[in-house]
Amino acid sequence: MTTLRLNGTQREIDADPQTPLLWTIRDIVGLTGTKFGCGIGACGACTVHMDGQAIRSCITTLADASGHDIVTIEGLSPDGTHPVQRAWEANNVPQCGYCQPGQIMQAAALLKQNPKPSDQEIVDAMTGNICRCGTYQRIRAAIKSATENAK
Amino acid sequence: MTAILNMSRRNVIAGMTGLVLGFHVGSRKIPFADAATPTIFSPNVYLAIDETGLVTIVAHRSEMGTGIRTGLPMVLADELEADWTRVKVVQAQGDAKYGDQNTDGSRSTWQFYEPMRVAGASARQMLETAAARKWGVHPRDCRARNHMVVHIPTGRQLAFGDVAKVAATLEVPPADHLDLTFKPASERRYVGKPMPIVDLHDIVRGKATFGIDVVLPGMKYASIERCPVYGGKVATFDTSEALKVSGVERVVAIPATPIPSGFNPLGGIAVIASNTWAAQQGRQKLKITWDFGPNANHDSGAYRTELEATAKQPGRVVRNQGNVDTALATASHRVAADYFVPYYSHAPMEVPNAVANVVADRCEIWTPTQFPQAARTTVAEVLGLRLEQVTVNVTLLGGAFGRKSKPDYVAEAALLSREIGAPVKLTWTREDDVRHDYYHAICAQHLEAGLDADGRATAWLHRTVFPAIESTFQPDVTYGSAGELQQGVTDMPYAIANVRCENGPAANHVRIGWYRSVYNIPHAFAVCSFADELAHAAGKDPVEHLRQLLGDPRKLDFAATNVNYPNYGASLDLYPVDTSRLRSVLDLVVQNSEWGQPLPPRHGRGVAVHRSFLSYVAVIAEVAVGNDGAVTIPRVDVAVDCGLVVNPDRVRAQFEGAVIMAISNTLYSSISLKRGRIEQSNFGDYQVARTDIAPQTHVHFVESNAPPGGVGEPGVPPTAPAICNAIFAATGKRIRALPINPDDLKANNARTKT
Repeated sequence: MTTLRLNGTQREIDADPQTPLLWTIRDIVGLTGTKFGCGIGACGACTVHMDGQAIRSCITTLADASGHDIVTIEGLSPDGTHPVQRAWEANNVPQCGYCQPGQIMQAAALLKQNPKPSDQEIVDAMTGNICRCGTYQRIRAAIKSATENAK
Repeated sequence: MTAILNMSRRNVIAGMTGLVLGFHVGSRKIPFADAATPTIFSPNVYLAIDETGLVTIVAHRSEMGTGIRTGLPMVLADELEADWTRVKVVQAQGDAKYGDQNTDGSRSTWQFYEPMRVAGASARQMLETAAARKWGVHPRDCRARNHMVVHIPTGRQLAFGDVAKVAATLEVPPADHLDLTFKPASERRYVGKPMPIVDLHDIVRGKATFGIDVVLPGMKYASIERCPVYGGKVATFDTSEALKVSGVERVVAIPATPIPSGFNPLGGIAVIASNTWAAQQGRQKLKITWDFGPNANHDSGAYRTELEATAKQPGRVVRNQGNVDTALATASHRVAADYFVPYYSHAPMEVPNAVANVVADRCEIWTPTQFPQAARTTVAEVLGLRLEQVTVNVTLLGGAFGRKSKPDYVAEAALLSREIGAPVKLTWTREDDVRHDYYHAICAQHLEAGLDADGRATAWLHRTVFPAIESTFQPDVTYGSAGELQQGVTDMPYAIANVRCENGPAANHVRIGWYRSVYNIPHAFAVCSFADELAHAAGKDPVEHLRQLLGDPRKLDFAATNVNYPNYGASLDLYPVDTSRLRSVLDLVVQNSEWGQPLPPRHGRGVAVHRSFLSYVAVIAEVAVGNDGAVTIPRVDVAVDCGLVVNPDRVRAQFEGAVIMAISNTLYSSISLKRGRIEQSNFGDYQVARTDIAPQTHVHFVESNAPPGGVGEPGVPPTAPAICNAIFAATGKRIRALPINPDDLKANNARTKT
């Protein structure tokens, strides 16, 4: 058994401790908001927070996550009204929507560490997250508007 | 249209049973049959209204990010005079009763705008008639208004839910009913207004259900090792080590389909486990020897050389007017160029996946598919079942771009579920996706033009050589189809007296498939780049030159040039190839960009204009090229004439996204093969555009009441040539092969003009 603190709840997970956090969350815990995109940390679809930092859950093992606070898109805010989520809706960011939980988690971690990022800082923070639909300019606009709303 | 209305009311209501039992995408639970759903008024397969007034609209086209699951229901709701806040959208299962469900070819809106209007308008008329009956007044005095029927002379009102029962007793008006009137454009509530997509709220909360998110009780997880060479099969395999991996339960062989394999499974060895990770781990322990088959020596570099040599030879003539040979021989100046576009992989963010549950002689599927009816047919075929024994529930699609039109992965899951007697979720890895795709066709082209003393083009020769999509389905196909050659070859719109287009043969060695905008990608790249080359050869401004090339407004006369022009399946009377619309998008993009304004050194602007999927698009791209050859694209302007725009914000988003996909094609992506094996595997070596390259894209619409055209794909084709023409303006270096190699654009290389 491995202990996992996920979205504020402590759980005992019966799985190989080397199982990636992504598959632990999706297949074992059953939360599917965190997405599989590449399995090698190259696309950002699986982004979650570990102690407030954005990490790639596909290359983080259950053992490495144990003892840390893990937050997924489902736990970002109690009612789905985190400023980043509201900004995503206001800017009509998603097309297919598949990568957006990862994008949102990445953006939320950025704003937590740097509440007023410059355009270049936004690009730097978000370049690890692929959106094949190409919603990038909306994502940047949404992050900008979230910084303004948070003032 | 007649298909949805010429049904007896009883049949229609019986048909609705399936509808109300349908899989509700977005629900966290998998709804098995729930016969209690009360629905009393259902005049066609797309619509149901219950006694509470809840309007249920069926989205029968797949949602892969275009917003069609919102757009078509908007059209119906608008004509119905429904209150959008009281509309529930449900996703159709794969069933021929809905008409065409193959969500590709940018066809959903233009094919179904009219049927949705008819469905909404006829239901509205029936609700008005029903209210008139209840009041004992004439129907012409009753008008539906925002979910109510109003008796105009007295102002009395009845809610939709209150008249649904009476409406259900009325005859459905036939399609040619004289009283079937549509709302005037001025009274539209939703069409033409920017409407948020119905899944927005769920998506940003991680609660939207894609195929990969479907979970069934007792479900097993599968991963399949397939032969690295197309057409290969398993020779021997040893499962002993795989079965020792914790969580692995079974190993199952899937027989290979002889090539060309079409929509059928490639075959391979599947590992079944208690979770996805365990299945993937077990797969790595398989020991398999392969019989690699006839494509084991395919080398895309050598193949490119073959295609380019073929493009130098005369091919099959697919368009001919005037006498190109004479005109070239007598030209004052001749220009020739060769263009190349590689194989691409779709790489949607959600990999191919499917959940299948075979129980006795029935199979139920949940999957992200663009083509639910083909998924159903393919599953029925591989399982030996009748169509009605197979149910295909369509989830949201995490991107698709043509990949998910092909249901090979659905058939794989169905075979596995039957074999193990339990529900199975099959999830491809990204490596599987990149290495076993239906690739965008590699293409070599040769163009020649003759110019007169004033620099006007008098002759145009275009040869294209590519593996055809039909070669994925039929043996020995070497030439392109009319549907492939219409995409930027036979519809070349320039006013040139002597034109000959040819297509040379190409044998095929991989699965070739539709990829967003398909053969328009190489053809628009070549045609729009070559137009720019001609402008520079003539010493003219590229925009002025394009205006001259487009010539006087006219509609292309395909009969006169012996061209078989399918026009994307649409009527040429309703949707002619109209050069005046190309001209107007060109003018609009020029007005809205900064064309002609000075730029710093190694910055440049490029222009391209192209019609595809019945829509007209002009692009001006602005680029900057660093001394190290790195390209940046600060701004792209796109002018669009796609006729009537249903949901402007989503149409805008499609063009923003198309620019990004075209940037991937232009700057980053390429699939290559050695010894029959794909050399790329994942986003590390199959590069796609990220936010650091993404420009600010400005989309400008031509206001139009013309019938709607396509919007998902037409933004892609002109973007690559606009970028490459801009690079020429910035550096003097002409790009004739994609993707761009930055080493070719380094400052010292760029000094000499090619």
